[in-house]
Amino acid sequence: MIHHLIPRVVVKLLIPFVLLFGLYVQFHGDFGPGGGFQAGVIFAAAFILYAMLFGLDHAQRVFPAGVISFFVAAGLILYAGVGFASIVLGGNYLDYDVLAHDPVHGQHRGILWIELGVGITVAAVIVKIFYMFSGRGRD
Amino acid sequence: MLVSVVDIILLAFLVVTALAIVRLRNLFGVVMLSGIYSLLMAVIFTLLDAVDVAFTEAAVGAGVSTVLMLGTLSLTTNQEKAPTHTRILPLIVALVTGATLIYATTGMPRLGDPNAPIHHHVAPRYINESGTEVGVPNIVTSVLASYRGYDTLGEVTVIFTAGIGVMMVLGRRRAKPKPGEKRREAAEDGKAEDAA
Repeated sequence: MIHHLIPRVVVKLLIPFVLLFGLYVQFHGDFGPGGGFQAGVIFAAAFILYAMLFGLDHAQRVFPAGVISFFVAAGLILYAGVGFASIVLGGNYLDYDVLAHDPVHGQHRGILWIELGVGITVAAVIVKIFYMFSGRGRD
Repeated sequence: MLVSVVDIILLAFLVVTALAIVRLRNLFGVVMLSGIYSLLMAVIFTLLDAVDVAFTEAAVGAGVSTVLMLGTLSLTTNQEKAPTHTRILPLIVALVTGATLIYATTGMPRLGDPNAPIHHHVAPRYINESGTEVGVPNIVTSVLASYRGYDTLGEVTVIFTAGIGVMMVLGRRRAKPKPGEKRREAAEDGKAEDAA
């Protein structure tokens, strides 16, 4: 593997900011553009950048393929779980009004959790697909 | 005036990029150009005030799908094969489809027309009530996550299914069985012998 020194240094400096921006997009989506889907993609992009420059083995040491597979399902289960939680608390499926003492607060809480679920699943699926593609040519 | 000049320049770049994608035989160049196409599309979406869509287009179209296409190219060749037959029929199909679509746009309401049907069904409710019902400043988020929460759950399920599909197709790369599988086969053999 060629040792790309300058891209490696730049990417190392850049990745924390990309991850921070991903978190901002995730949790600021209620107020500005963005949300779980975009945040998941940005998070995955930061990770793919790392894997491209430092190799798949290093990347898989940070996030093993098994852990990624777990998160692929975990985000969707979190989303569906919010729906079941609102049934248990006496509302309809995905009716966030009942998740807190007043409806608007409940809506905020529900949106926060389902957006988190979307972000987790999207990020995990994209990283997983990248692992699958780039791991394939090696053996 | 300035806005329409910017629009025309962007759309012209879009057409040039699309024609270059069609003409080019080098697939590496095609992948790069489709990334540029997505980025131009993202700028156009921003000009249309669809910031959330522009965001997604820039991140997915220009970012991740370019990387995945490059990953695919590294597994295959990066030179397109020369066509073996004439392409008159595909050209006719594309022209007829394009002409139909352009003809259909003449029946559409003008962009931003307040009397367009799309602004009269549920949109007034979203715009007037979402501030008090959902309390989220970004109406796009309150529509996607709350009013249409069911649809978004479906979308996430689609993404999940896509991931599972890729895992099923590309994941099976071990030809020799794992030790655990061997043991299970042996156990099944034992059972078959017992039955015999």
